[in-house]
Amino acid sequence: MSTPLVEAVETIEALDTPARRRRGWRSPSFVLGAALLLAILVLALMSLVWSPYGLDHTDPAARLAGPSARHWAGTDRLGRDQFTQLMLGARTAVWIGLASVAVAFVIGVPLGLLAAAAGRFVENAVVGVIDIVIAFPTLLLAMLLVTVYGASTAVAISAIGIGVSAEVARLTRISASRVFTQDYVLAARTCGTGPLMILVRHVLPNIWHTLLVQAALAFGVAVIAEASLSYLGLGTPPPAPSWGRMLQEAQSTVSVAPWNVLLPGLAVAVTVVGVNLLGDGLREVLDPQLRQERQAADR
Amino acid sequence: MLSYLIRRVAWLIGSLFVAGSAVFFLLRVLPGDPAVTLLAVGSSPDQIDAIRHQLGTDRPVLAQYGHWLGDLVTGNLGNSLFTQMPVLDQIAGRLPVTVPLALSAFMLSIVVAVPIGVFAAVRRRGLLGVAVSTLAQLGIALPIFWVGIVVVWLVAVQWRALPPGGFPRTGWQDPGAALQSLVLPVATLTIAQGSVLVRYVRSATLDVLSQEYVRTARSLGYSLPRALWRHGPRNGAATVVQILGILLASSLLGTVVIESVFALPGLGSLLLASVKSRDLPIVQGTVFLMTATVLVMGLVVDVVQRLVDPRLRART
Amino acid sequence: MTILETTGLTITLNGQPLVRDVSFGLAARDRVGLIGESGSGKSLTALALLGLLPPGMRTSGRILIDGEDHLGAPDRQWRRVRGRTVSIVFQEPLTALDPLMPVGRQIAGPLRLHQGLNRSDAERRAIEWCDRVHLPDPARLVRALPHELSGGQRQRVALAMALACRPRVLIADEPTTALDVTVQAQILTLLDELIEDTGVALLFISHDLPVVAGLARHLLVMRTGRLVESGPVDDVLRRPRSDYARQLVASAARVTRLARPSVRREDR
Repeated sequence: MSTPLVEAVETIEALDTPARRRRGWRSPSFVLGAALLLAILVLALMSLVWSPYGLDHTDPAARLAGPSARHWAGTDRLGRDQFTQLMLGARTAVWIGLASVAVAFVIGVPLGLLAAAAGRFVENAVVGVIDIVIAFPTLLLAMLLVTVYGASTAVAISAIGIGVSAEVARLTRISASRVFTQDYVLAARTCGTGPLMILVRHVLPNIWHTLLVQAALAFGVAVIAEASLSYLGLGTPPPAPSWGRMLQEAQSTVSVAPWNVLLPGLAVAVTVVGVNLLGDGLREVLDPQLRQERQAADR
Repeated sequence: MLSYLIRRVAWLIGSLFVAGSAVFFLLRVLPGDPAVTLLAVGSSPDQIDAIRHQLGTDRPVLAQYGHWLGDLVTGNLGNSLFTQMPVLDQIAGRLPVTVPLALSAFMLSIVVAVPIGVFAAVRRRGLLGVAVSTLAQLGIALPIFWVGIVVVWLVAVQWRALPPGGFPRTGWQDPGAALQSLVLPVATLTIAQGSVLVRYVRSATLDVLSQEYVRTARSLGYSLPRALWRHGPRNGAATVVQILGILLASSLLGTVVIESVFALPGLGSLLLASVKSRDLPIVQGTVFLMTATVLVMGLVVDVVQRLVDPRLRART
Repeated sequence: MTILETTGLTITLNGQPLVRDVSFGLAARDRVGLIGESGSGKSLTALALLGLLPPGMRTSGRILIDGEDHLGAPDRQWRRVRGRTVSIVFQEPLTALDPLMPVGRQIAGPLRLHQGLNRSDAERRAIEWCDRVHLPDPARLVRALPHELSGGQRQRVALAMALACRPRVLIADEPTTALDVTVQAQILTLLDELIEDTGVALLFISHDLPVVAGLARHLLVMRTGRLVESGPVDDVLRRPRSDYARQLVASAARVTRLARPSVRREDR
């Protein structure tokens, strides 16, 4: 960076008061993302206590009906209420999404930290494994597992979790090694601070915000993956509703009831756009350095 | 460069070995007996034994593992459990659908998305630039099969312009019909891949634009587009090659879903059908081949990157 | 005659003034030093003089180039003067040069752009320029990539690029800060020789008083976005009027007493 940029950054740094940072929470992408995600969460949580109809309720008199006062989002070819399905599908999506992200982080973060903290040999080995897992996509992994165990929620969560964990491990390794090579970590090491202490005191405080953003994005990836798996018939088996299977069923009746396609797809899109915006917003709020770099580089 | 190539090929062979082993162990060593899960409840012990013998699971695990690796090296992927046809032949029979689908979506998305991505970067403050990036973001967020269903509804159901799905039974003997049935799948895959590519190209372009040598060029009287044209291709090439590698891999994988949406008899639908019928040899063979393709493409990407970027070459 | 003149230049970002009411002018053969600590706004001023400020920064005042106000002018108008009337050399030659383009082509580029030379003529001129900035074996060196040159050689290339189209004002923004001290002296000597030969007016920006004093005849001192002092070098050095200039001179005196006097040349 040459002087004009350094100068601009220094000036912006001077302006980076706490008040300014608080305003970050009001960044449009953060607010919009949080609102979209909240809508999905409310749908999912509300389904635990109330939904317009029961899961098994069918209305044979109103098959493939359009949206009406009785069925807000219409019905499918068995006469099931689509809004009920959508709410319960949200529950499935959120549950599988959260569980997969948890699996991905439980595997990925320690692996990435290990690669960053250990010597070259271990690092190369871990990077190799990560590369192979990245080459081995979630969908194929899910297909392998389903072949052996049959389609189930647990298989979907494991497959998505393992698939996403590679990316989590990669990112953890990169951001942790960046911290490990900092002078102050070197200084701490020369003072005899053990690796675990360095991890707790220096590395984690410096990478948690990156990981949090990554968790948000991974949730979006997991929701799309879950929808794809259940669209292909490899996800949570019936009767548990899922947006992917709703779409698969709606596809067969698209010529008579096209509206049934709209809502589940929109639900997936709202969730994913929501987490992406939330991730962008979080990044801006949590990572002042990135914000400055962006503003400085923004020419 | 040669020593790098040797090391990189050795690395590829190692990865293929690991991937092959992973496929094997995921299917055989995890708890659960494939033979039992394969058959309906209430099958006789004889039937189970027969399947076990066919799968080779009646032999010790290590012997099975050696056998599987040996078969991989000799290019033998076994026979289908149900049709008894060699897996490799079945896969080969599906390539005339999958390869044109993946490749044309790949190339089409490059042609469409690269200029759009550059435009979105240069005009990122303009209304049109923001609109383009937003659309791309939406394209990434929407599930590909949803896009497919909407495209089918619009073009095939509403306008009746093209068939909603399927592939002529005679294959490419009727090129017109074959092409027609690929138009919508290719378009759908292009929308999905193109959206991803727009984002990548946009951020790669922004990266070049933020470099100081672009400012130097501007300080010497170059306009922003001309500065980008002067410095962008050579500096962006390494990134672009990497992106294209990822894109080609994801185009190949995207066919699994796309073929399901449009009922195309390709590799993806072979895999899906085999997963559902639990035809183990086909599943492991197809998954291994797809993974191997991705790994080989990784090698090609790394080598080409080195060819286009002398800095990487110097590092070796 | 004044080539480049700015009056009341003010730069603000989000309502916060970064540079306030800066005025000075440059005529042919002027050698002006602009000195100030980092963050004082001196480099932003330099960018403003070429119309290259990051978007989002607002400017007011006037920037006259050959009598024509360029402040707020469209990019098309700026492009006519950049590289041709006013050029700039940045601090870090490694990042200021395209890492993947042979240096000869980087020097030749502006010649083709502004003077419409064809490729071979422009390359020939690039070799001539490499010779003028005393790069060794110019015919071979033009094919080298920046990372194959030393830091000093890279800065020579950057100087050749900036001067290739015969600008009448050269802005040098901390051109020696990123270099070793010995190389720094060589570049300063070269700069002195080049501005003497070409008659280009120099605006030399630095935080290093001895370096600036060695090259400039007129000194501008900037602090927190304002010009706090302006005058002939000897006057400022002997009788600094502002507190800040006094501190600068005092600390520079302490340092130079330890070291030998720098490349300071006698004023003509």
